Amino acid sequence: MIELTEVTKRFRGTRAPAVDHLTLTITDGEVVVLVGPSGCGKTTTLKMINRLIEPTSGTISIDGVDVTGLEPHELRRGIGYVIQQIGLFPHRTVRENIATVPRLLGWEQARVERRVRELAEITDLGADMLDRYPSELSGGQRQRVGVARALAADPPILLMDEPFGAVDPIVRAKLQDELLELQRRLHKTIVLVTHDIDEAIRLGDRVAILSVGGHLEQYAPPEELLRAPANDFVADFLGSDRGIKRLSLIRIADIDLEPGPVVPPGTDVERARAVMAEYDTDWVAVVEGDRMLGWVTDDRLDGRSTIDGVDLEPFLTRLTPDDTLEEALDAAISSHTAIAAVFDDERFLGMITVERISREIVR
Amino acid sequence: MIDFLGDVVAWFLDPAHWLGSGGILGRTWEHVQISAFSTVAAALVALPPAIWMGHRRRGGIVAVAVVNIGRAIPSFAIIALALPISIRLGLGLGFWPTFLALFALALPPMFTNTYTGIAEVDPALVEAARGMGMTESQITTRVEIPVAAPVIVTAIRVSAVQVVATATLAALVAWGGLGRFIIDGFAIQDNVMVFAGGLLVAGLAIATELGFAAFERRFVPSTASRSTSEDLLADVTVAPQHG
Ligand SMILES: Nc1ncnc2c1ncn2[C@@H]1O[C@H](COP(=O)(O)OP(=O)(O)OP(=O)(O)O)[C@@H](O)[C@H]1O
Ligand SMILES: [Mg+2]
Repeated sequence: MIELTEVTKRFRGTRAPAVDHLTLTITDGEVVVLVGPSGCGKTTTLKMINRLIEPTSGTISIDGVDVTGLEPHELRRGIGYVIQQIGLFPHRTVRENIATVPRLLGWEQARVERRVRELAEITDLGADMLDRYPSELSGGQRQRVGVARALAADPPILLMDEPFGAVDPIVRAKLQDELLELQRRLHKTIVLVTHDIDEAIRLGDRVAILSVGGHLEQYAPPEELLRAPANDFVADFLGSDRGIKRLSLIRIADIDLEPGPVVPPGTDVERARAVMAEYDTDWVAVVEGDRMLGWVTDDRLDGRSTIDGVDLEPFLTRLTPDDTLEEALDAAISSHTAIAAVFDDERFLGMITVERISREIVR
Repeated sequence: MIDFLGDVVAWFLDPAHWLGSGGILGRTWEHVQISAFSTVAAALVALPPAIWMGHRRRGGIVAVAVVNIGRAIPSFAIIALALPISIRLGLGLGFWPTFLALFALALPPMFTNTYTGIAEVDPALVEAARGMGMTESQITTRVEIPVAAPVIVTAIRVSAVQVVATATLAALVAWGGLGRFIIDGFAIQDNVMVFAGGLLVAGLAIATELGFAAFERRFVPSTASRSTSEDLLADVTVAPQHG
C-alpha cells in the first residue's frame, strides 16, 4: 500500500506549489492512474514516490514505512520505473538493458539470464531481439523493453510516467491491452501517469483527476467518475461524451435485462400480436423455459391460430453477459428492430434495447 | 625545385641521419616521449574534475573560462614563462618547461570537451539510471562515461595531435625532439634539414591521429549511431584550434 499524506511540493524559485496537500492511498494490486492537464503535478507526484523529487512537506509511506527512512537507491531498486522518454541505454544491448536492476542487486549470471528470457517472453519480445541495440528497435519494441526492464527484479510496485506517450495510437492500444493482460497475471501495484483521459479510463482501477497545483479533484473508479463527476472541472475534463465512454465500462451482467417480445410455445396468434405491439416490433421470439427456439415475423402468422408449426429463424447476433453496453449498443443498432438478445451459452437470459442503453447514458 | 626535393629524398636515404643520439629515430623517440607524457598528465588532471562537474551539470562557466584562457596564452609564451621558474626550481632547461607548455596546451580542450560530453548525456538516460537505483557513481561509470566515451576520446585525440605538433618548440629550450632538425637547420642555413624536420613532425602528427582513430574504431562503441536520442554528439564543441 502506498500512502501519500498531505504531500506538498514547492520548487525553489516558484511561488505556487506544484503539488498542494495531496492525500492519496493506493492499495496493493490496483492500477491507479493520475490524470490531468499539463503541468498539474502528475510527474512530480510520481517522482516523489521513488524520491527522485523530495516533498517539501507531508509524508509518503510504502507498506507503512516512510520512504525517507531508506537510502534512495535501495528504495528505487524495489520500485519499477518507466519514464516517458523510455531512457534505454544506447550503449547496452536489450539483454543488458533488461538486466540492469538484477545486476545492481548482484544476482548471479545464470539467474539474470533466466529472468531476462522470461521477461522477453512476458513482454512479447522475440529472443532474437535480446542482442540488438535500442536504436535497432521500433518505438513499440522500445516501450516493451522499457517495461521489461522495470519489471526485471520483480518489484511489487511499478511507476509509469506516460509509458505509451511516444508511440502511435494503434501501437498504444496494443500496448495498453498487453499491460492489462500482464497485470491480470502479475498483480502489481501500478501508478501510471497520463494526460489521456481515455487511457485513464481504460487502464485504471481507480483514477485520480488532478488540476493545476496538484489539487485532487476526484479519486474514484472510472465508472463512478463518468456517472457522477464531483464537479465541473471533472465533468469538463471527462468530456461531453462521458455517457458514451461509460458504456464501455458497464457489462451487460451489471444491468437488468428485459424479457423482450417473447412467448412460450402454443401461444395463440392474437396473444403473440399483443406482445409485438407492446414492444413495438413486427416479430416475436419463442422461448421454452430458458431455451430460445427462434423468432418469426408478424406476416408469417397470417391464417394461423397458434404460433406452433411456423419455421423459426435463429438469432445470429448473440450477446453474452460479459459484453459491454458499448458492444450491446452496436448489436442493437445494427439489428433493424433495435433489440439484441443475450445468451449465456445456450441459456436465453433476456433482451436489451437501445432505449434501455440510452437510459444508462443519461443517468 | 626538383633538385631541392631530390636533396630531401637523399637526406632521408642517408643512414647516418637515422641512427645515433641525434638521429631521426632518437629524435622521434624524444618527441613521442614528451608528447605522451604531457598528454597523459593533462588527461589525468583534466578528466576527473571534468567528469565530476559534468555529472553534476554545474560549472559550465568554468569550462568555458578554462578553454578561453588556454586559447589566449600561446605555448611559446608559456615556455618563456616556465623557463626561469624551472631554472629557479632547479629543474633545469629543456624537459620541464616544454612539459609545462604542452600540458597547458592539452588541458583546456580536454577539460571542456569532456565536461560538455558528460553534461550533454541525455537527461532521460540519467533519470532512468537513477530511477532504477544506480548510485551517483554508478550513473557516472556505467552510463555517462560509456555514452560520452566517443566525445572524450575525441577530446584526447585532438589534444594529443596539437601536442605532437607543438612539441617542436622543445628544441628552443634545449630539449630534443624533431624540432631540433628545424632549429638546427635554421642555424646552419640547411633548408633541406628544416624541410625534412617539418615533414617528420607532420608525419608524426598524422600517425597520432590515425592511431587514435584505429583505437576508437576498435574499443569505443559508437553510441552516436546507436543513440536513441538523436544527435547526442552533434552540438558538442570540437576542441578549438590552437594558434
Ligand atoms: N525542477 C523543477 N523546478 C521548478 N519547477 C518545476 C520543476 N519540475 C516541475 N516544475 C513545475 O511544477 C509543475 C508540475 O510539473 P509536472 O512535471 O509534475 O507536471 P505534469 O503534470 O507531469 O505535466 P505534463 O503532463 O506536462 O508532463 C509545473 O508547473 C512545472 O513547471
Ligand atoms: Mg509529466
